Amino acid sequence: MEYFEIFIAGVFINNILLAQFLGNCPFLGTSKKMETAVGMAMAVIFVLVMAGMITWIVDTYLLKALDVEYLRTVSFILVIASLVQFVEMFLKKSIPGLYAGLGIFLPLITTNCAVMGACLLNISNEYSFLGALVSSFSYAVGFGLALILFAGVRERINLARVPKPLQDTSIALVTAGVIALTFMSFKGMV
Amino acid sequence: MAQSLAKEFTKGLWAEIPPFRLVLGLCPVLAVTKTVENGLGMGIATTFVLVFSNLLVSLLRNVIPSKVRIACYIVIIATFVTIVELVMQAYTYPLFLKLGIFIPLIVVNCIVLGRAEAFASKNSPVMSVADGMGIGIGFTLSLAALGAVREILGAGTITIWGGNSVFDMATSFPGFNPFTFMVEAPGAFVALGLMLAIMNLIGEK
Repeated sequence: MEYFEIFIAGVFINNILLAQFLGNCPFLGTSKKMETAVGMAMAVIFVLVMAGMITWIVDTYLLKALDVEYLRTVSFILVIASLVQFVEMFLKKSIPGLYAGLGIFLPLITTNCAVMGACLLNISNEYSFLGALVSSFSYAVGFGLALILFAGVRERINLARVPKPLQDTSIALVTAGVIALTFMSFKGMV
Repeated sequence: MAQSLAKEFTKGLWAEIPPFRLVLGLCPVLAVTKTVENGLGMGIATTFVLVFSNLLVSLLRNVIPSKVRIACYIVIIATFVTIVELVMQAYTYPLFLKLGIFIPLIVVNCIVLGRAEAFASKNSPVMSVADGMGIGIGFTLSLAALGAVREILGAGTITIWGGNSVFDMATSFPGFNPFTFMVEAPGAFVALGLMLAIMNLIGEK
């Protein structure tokens, strides 16, 4: 039950994009087309769950054990960067189909602050290993949900006549604001 | 030389001012601009990281092999972020608590890595520092401006450095009701979107 609450809170209430403002660059960058949005969402779910587990292990058994928590920023970013590289090489060799699908989105994830942010949140919320796993997954699902919803809205906006100064990023941000407003109504659900 | 130095410095203040012209590094922009104070603090921290990582990347630009350059840049940036984190924890603890995880997240701020890759890796140290300063100050000004808009509309006051209220809507405009929406999450998106539209409108002329 506790994990179910973490999951619901991660997907809806503390949605990583719309409530915590993490990972906004890919949110705006890859949401112009539904296809790219789905690709990015899948890549984030894949990497975020793995990164959440590995950084939790690194933090608990390496940084805390050796009492060098001030190295957290450096070690987490290294873990994420090498993980992304490793995942990319592994997929290219063994699951070429998935690699072709995720392809260009994988390297972009290194600088996606949703991944780093979720790992840091797991630590600051003092989750157990299973809790960290569930919350990473829920953040990733929340990211995917918001991204795909947003891409759908943006495809429709492309067909609308938008005033010139508001075009592109500007109208996208205002739209994101409206979606964030709807997500605010999930507050108090758990 | 002096002329191009000034050019590199000033481009960050208008022509390429992040995040309006250079739509990068949006997460801290949206997340920490509830108040002017938070925005300024975040801006100054980012500027410090930008200037020093640009300097170091530029000094090492002929040493770093191009294949592993991104990893090297990230380590350099992460080092300076750690310095900022420890300094803020020691000297500005309340601000450190308010900015929370967004201080370590300067590491993944695309502006910092973007400048290292696009500018510092190709230019001299002096130029790179000027570029870092310009972009950093531009970023700080944007954060403070967005923070001011959101704080004035959302809370009705501007409060900086230890609770001194420097501006109060209620005294200037009696009957003003704070528009709480602006300090909540959606307000950040809408405020930034509209400010971007105003910038576009000015830029067109």
